[in-house]
Amino acid sequence: MGLLIKNAEIVNAQGPWEKAQDIWIDNGKIGEIAPSIRRDGCPVIDARGKKVFPGLIDLHVHLREPGREDKETIETGSRAAVKGGFTSIFCMPNTTPTIDTAQVVQYILDQARKVGLVNVYPVGAITLGREGAQLTEMMDLKRAGCLGVSDDGRAVMNAGVMRRALEYAKMAGLLVMQHCEDETLSAKGVMNEGATSTLLGLAGDPVVAETIIIARDIELSRYLGTRVHFMHVSAARSIDLIRRAKAEGIAVTCEATPHHFTLTEDVVKTFDTATKVNPPLRRAEDVMALHEGLRDGTVDCIATDHAPHTREDKEVEFAVAPPGLIGLETSLGIVLTDLVPAKVLDLPRVVEKMSTSPARLMGLSQKGEIAVGKDADITIVDLNKEWTVTREDTASKSKNTPFLGRKLKGRVVTTVCGGKVVYQE
Amino acid sequence: MPKWTHKHLLDLQEMSRDDIALILETAKSFKEVSQREVKKVPALRGKTVALLFAEPSTRTRMSFELAAKRLSADTLSIQAAASSLVKGETLLDTALNIQAMNVDLVVVRHSASGAPQIIANGTQMAVVNAGDGCRSHPTQGLLDIFTMNERIGKLEGIKVAIVGDILHSRVARSNIAGLTRMGAHVVVCGPGTLIPMGIEAMGVQVTTRIAEALKDADVVMALRMQKERQQEAYLPTVSEYVREFCITPDRLRYAKPNAIVMHPGPTNRGVEIAAEVADGPQSVILDQVTNGIAVRMAVLYLLLGRKAKV
Repeated sequence: MGLLIKNAEIVNAQGPWEKAQDIWIDNGKIGEIAPSIRRDGCPVIDARGKKVFPGLIDLHVHLREPGREDKETIETGSRAAVKGGFTSIFCMPNTTPTIDTAQVVQYILDQARKVGLVNVYPVGAITLGREGAQLTEMMDLKRAGCLGVSDDGRAVMNAGVMRRALEYAKMAGLLVMQHCEDETLSAKGVMNEGATSTLLGLAGDPVVAETIIIARDIELSRYLGTRVHFMHVSAARSIDLIRRAKAEGIAVTCEATPHHFTLTEDVVKTFDTATKVNPPLRRAEDVMALHEGLRDGTVDCIATDHAPHTREDKEVEFAVAPPGLIGLETSLGIVLTDLVPAKVLDLPRVVEKMSTSPARLMGLSQKGEIAVGKDADITIVDLNKEWTVTREDTASKSKNTPFLGRKLKGRVVTTVCGGKVVYQE
Repeated sequence: MPKWTHKHLLDLQEMSRDDIALILETAKSFKEVSQREVKKVPALRGKTVALLFAEPSTRTRMSFELAAKRLSADTLSIQAAASSLVKGETLLDTALNIQAMNVDLVVVRHSASGAPQIIANGTQMAVVNAGDGCRSHPTQGLLDIFTMNERIGKLEGIKVAIVGDILHSRVARSNIAGLTRMGAHVVVCGPGTLIPMGIEAMGVQVTTRIAEALKDADVVMALRMQKERQQEAYLPTVSEYVREFCITPDRLRYAKPNAIVMHPGPTNRGVEIAAEVADGPQSVILDQVTNGIAVRMAVLYLLLGRKAKV
């Protein structure tokens, strides 16, 4: 049985369709796009007045399963994802056990299949236990289903190990995704280092902790001819380094998060632990640089770094609270509310940053575009729908977001994954 | 006199010039109480003040306790674990339990910056910050400012040199906040590793040269230098610190002849301050301790006493 979407105002990265179309979905694929399609006896979604995007893809999610199912599970994380319009999510390996063997990859894929809402792509660890020493069996991880590797939460601190990881991952066909943080510089830092951390008496995490790793890995990438992807870049100087590397033709890419491109360190003044995140929120000029990076293509994609934590874990002193905030359900709303009216991105660029570009980075050739023959992953958005971020409305198991109370304009009304309606408001 | 509108004393950053002036004025009248034969006034009779200390402290705790008692408040002292997480009870839980005993005001000392804020946000009690992490120690700042004002006769335009580990010092931050508000010129001085990034934004002059810091100063304040800073690579050795930054009689000559020498205590004699200076005629270290009680009486009274009369 197929699915028919009527009156779809399709927006792809290369541009919007001029007139509304009908989309016929069959067997999990897009079968036909035409001004008027008739099929009898199949479910129909009327998308009149809504925008229809290729399903959103998030390269950076923490599902917490296995190990911390009190914070999030593959099921609750999947529900949050589809509610936010995501049809494919990449989950980071800092679980217990670490995603550093094919068995753990298999476990996650099995659980995700049972839940059956979104495509879950486990990101394997670069090193065993994310300890930065011994490489994981990347060929095995690749065969089990990984498309990328990362020690997220930590950088690969040893440059020699990073070099080997880049070389080996290239052979395995895995994208190396670096968490950029020199731990010897970030040390005990809990917020951006500068006048505000000094005022608040909180230990500072300096911008150079991020930029030094980026600069180092650009040099490695240049030398080795390998790709490297920088996760959650937060600083103006990082954007500068990556922009220049790209201009030189070095194969670097990066992602930015909604919290880094909308919030500044000023919000930490409340000591609200929902504002504690790693890398830390920076200054207004960094936010502006991220906007410029999104505009000129230096920033390839938007990722959430969805990081659920329980109330118990977060309701403690700022310095001891775990870093991270949830983002799957607010990401698109924030982008549509803060970036589109400000002309940082138009709708095709939103689709590019949140679907097409992540699909391309991970080699998902059947995703990231609404076209005949592509996977039927589709996100239908009501651009005019206003809503407020609340705990009650949050599908994620955790509610740690600094955006509680924020009014947003633009909300997902329907999410279709693999031809199946997985979310409907 | 301006109106007092604050429910808590968390950080001197939140206090206006008028607020600080009112505290100093109020403290002046309370200082006399401690010199009486019967050192007690009934201002806070029937009120309960809890002292929640989650970090070791003798002097500040004693000072607050005496201040509350001399105002006739009932006091109870709670020595909490360094981190409440150790025993599985959060700081807020502890505070809610104290509140459930109908305590009116809680004085909080905690090793985490922002910890008193948690109690202020989560309970109905008035909160006085008695030192949180590296952030703030407002009553210390106030008693230092009170002492300067008492000794020098003014705050506007005076030069105050704060020397030592600025990075980890809540005392420095509170002094800077209060003194700049009152129009004083503050210079911070210490090894480059112990001067926090962006401190200029607080309106201070920064130097690593002790002679420049002390030149024509009205006040020289030495901060406690902890020996652990050597292990943490902030200092090559403590002895090099002593050679470069210890407040010695020789160095004190850079300051004005009648300059006063201060220290928040406890002092490491021979490290940040020479014994001759600490005990010398320019030292007001013990006046600071005496004045601490008056200032804390003023703070407790402003936060609790005036409301009681309504």
